[in-house]
Amino acid sequence: MFIRVNPWPKPLMLELRQITKRFGDVLANDHVDIVVKPGTIHAIVGENGAGKSTAMRIAYGFYTADSGEIVVDGQVRDIKSPHDAIALGIGMVHQHFMLVETMTVAENIVLGAEPGTEFALDLKSAGAQIRQLSEEFKLAVNPNEPIEHLSVGQQQRVELLKALYRHARLLILDEPTAVLTPLEVEEFFVILRRMREQGKTVIIITHKLSEVLAISDEVTVMRDGKVVGRVQTKDTNAAELARLMVGREVLLRVEKSDPEVGKAQLELKNLSVTDLFGAKRVNDVTFEVRSGEIVGIAGVEGNGQTELMEAIAGLVDPARITGVMNFEGRDLTTLGARVRRELRIAHIPEDRHRRGLLLDFTLAENSILGVHYRPPIAALAGGVFIDENAVQRRASEIIENFDVRPRNAALPARALSGGNQQKLIIGREYRVEPKLLLVSQPTRGVDIGAIEFIHRQLVGLRDAGCAILLVSAELEEVTSLSDRLLIIHDGRIAGEVDPKVATLEEIGLLMTRGH
Amino acid sequence: MNKLARDLLFPIIAVVAAFIVGAILILLVGDNPITAYRLLLGSALSWPDGIGYVLFYATPLIFTGLAVLVGFRCGLFNIGAEGQLYIAAFATAWVGIKFANLSPWLLIPFCCAAAILAGAVWGGIPGVLKAKFGSHEVINTIMLNFIAIMIASYFTQYHYKVGGDPILESAPIGEGAHIPHLGKFIPGFPERIPLNVAFILALLCCLLVYLFLWRTKWGYEIRATGSNPFAAEYGGISIRKQIILAMAVSGGLAGMVGINEVLGNRHRYYDGFSDNFGFTGIAVALLGRNHPVGVILAALLFAALQHGGIYVDGFSQNVTKDIVQVLQGIIILFVAAEGFFKWLLRRASMERLRA
Repeated sequence: MFIRVNPWPKPLMLELRQITKRFGDVLANDHVDIVVKPGTIHAIVGENGAGKSTAMRIAYGFYTADSGEIVVDGQVRDIKSPHDAIALGIGMVHQHFMLVETMTVAENIVLGAEPGTEFALDLKSAGAQIRQLSEEFKLAVNPNEPIEHLSVGQQQRVELLKALYRHARLLILDEPTAVLTPLEVEEFFVILRRMREQGKTVIIITHKLSEVLAISDEVTVMRDGKVVGRVQTKDTNAAELARLMVGREVLLRVEKSDPEVGKAQLELKNLSVTDLFGAKRVNDVTFEVRSGEIVGIAGVEGNGQTELMEAIAGLVDPARITGVMNFEGRDLTTLGARVRRELRIAHIPEDRHRRGLLLDFTLAENSILGVHYRPPIAALAGGVFIDENAVQRRASEIIENFDVRPRNAALPARALSGGNQQKLIIGREYRVEPKLLLVSQPTRGVDIGAIEFIHRQLVGLRDAGCAILLVSAELEEVTSLSDRLLIIHDGRIAGEVDPKVATLEEIGLLMTRGH
Repeated sequence: MNKLARDLLFPIIAVVAAFIVGAILILLVGDNPITAYRLLLGSALSWPDGIGYVLFYATPLIFTGLAVLVGFRCGLFNIGAEGQLYIAAFATAWVGIKFANLSPWLLIPFCCAAAILAGAVWGGIPGVLKAKFGSHEVINTIMLNFIAIMIASYFTQYHYKVGGDPILESAPIGEGAHIPHLGKFIPGFPERIPLNVAFILALLCCLLVYLFLWRTKWGYEIRATGSNPFAAEYGGISIRKQIILAMAVSGGLAGMVGINEVLGNRHRYYDGFSDNFGFTGIAVALLGRNHPVGVILAALLFAALQHGGIYVDGFSQNVTKDIVQVLQGIIILFVAAEGFFKWLLRRASMERLRA
């Protein structure tokens, strides 16, 4: 055994040395070196598929590396399973929580490490221990509450407690803020800082640059399976990180001129939408969208945004809608989705797998959804047969203009990455030259480079005179794109703010409290 | 692996695996599997009787296989092809009896239209029920099977039977409604073999179904509904209309079995004539991977088994023609287990990577 000279007075918490991992043809990790100092918050950033989660799963024993070594506390370790990792003081919280809904907080925390003897479960001593931990780290949860009664933010605390209960000194958090509201994110950061004060080490995997800058001490940037940058957070900025992640200059701010607003295209008056069980999901909503402007709707997901958009798109049974819904002065309520599309109302849905795409259909077939029944697509033999040439032309035009990759119209939509699927949908909807565009979560799960592109396209469409109604859970996105911003809470419009002057705190408060 | 090879691979695995399991069963009952299989398949290739009868047996299976395929492509499981073909055969015979004196140029098209329409209506009923009330098509098609068979039996027994006929069958249809056996056109192929023009019609239907599903806007809408109804709805497609349309087309295809049976074979309605054609059609569509070409191949295989079963019965000691049912069952099991095979393949390739 050789002795390695460590430039740090304390041994490093975790070191990945030349880790390589291959999945089939894909090189997920290519000689990855990551160095994490104890008592720090270390961010690992990169686009989807950059290999950041893979590297961390190797550290946690989920995967075994093809080559390379893992060093914990200065010693080379063979981590074959999460069990080994836990024994070394490494804990991991996954993006999707692994909690048993019907069991209590305490039961979930001890699951797999049950206190007591073989035959008797000693939940009492566990409860005391959990209370002590939540005191120490300010992780307020009631140990006796069943998981299903907890909010997402609280469930995340349970996951953290679970790791701490197993004496984790290093916590790996995979996209921890993806599920949190802006206020919850703030609270979560307080918890992370508290952990650092108590001597814990935290690795946070993310692609949100603002959060990296707000919370981390050091950053490792990955791209295409390789480490492309290691920086101190205090010495860097969002533009540099984005450039490292994408490999080229990225415009983070949306550049747009003042809107040239025309006449009202969409008018909603006292619109309400009930769900199948009779509950009002959209409640007495009144606003209008004029041509040439982007009206944003900010809100915590599940506050009626989906129902509002689907009602306007014609995907909700008219019997469940009350109030006025006019487009260019014409009553929309009783018109089917097809007629609304013919009026040039386009829709980029929030769930591209469920609504936006026929995953088993080819890109070519997907590119004609919505116009498949009329010329120039259905043009042969009196408009019955689909003109294969016209389909191919339309598909390659969309693929070309919207940079959908791979550029093969014969592939099933399923084979594309999320970002490329989204570009295909956007291209298809743009192709009808909409007068009103309904767009929900346009950049969810989409890489930074593609986000920039999608944002530019939206602004371009606005400048061409289209009225755009935008729903997004990303506050930054919705504030930077919108010309006017409405905040929705519990199905009601809780307020309207000027996105140029409103602060995120102000908007966040309206989103959660509704006034 | 290209797409065609992949599409062929699993059906072939299923068939080969079924024959291996079948061989074990034949050994267990004390016969030689090779002899049994030679009887089973060898007879199917003999000219002209083997080939002629196999094609004749394949005709209804192509129709019902296509019927089930159209349903599947819309996300519907039509278990009612059996009832649809019975009601259609009865309607065909009824027209053939009622208008017996019309010229063949009118009578044959009328009879064919009756077969298609009756099947389409009988298939359309569960379609309408599903579209309007959301009641499940599997339940309704099964129940309509019994109703169809019983209605046809009742009317045959009490209204259309020739007095004194000991068999439950209708009076014969008019001569003008007979469609010719293929022996009439093929030199050296005897006319006694009941293979008739309906077989050509069945092949034509494969082409038509292909064009309908993959080349017309209606087919696009049916397939979109079957692939993802939420996305179809988003694209302005009425799911209800597609359900009714697909069930009616499905029923119409099943109904065309009546043309083969009534116009081409027995020239009357014969109670219980279907040898589970409607249900075997499900197997045909599954093994044929819901593609018209696959349906032809699968129908030929099942027809060959059915034909060979008679020889097995006659010439082997312990094995009976039930072996055909066993083989069919095992084929379906293996086809249904495709997911399991894929998992095995994936695991094998993973292990190769690891090694």
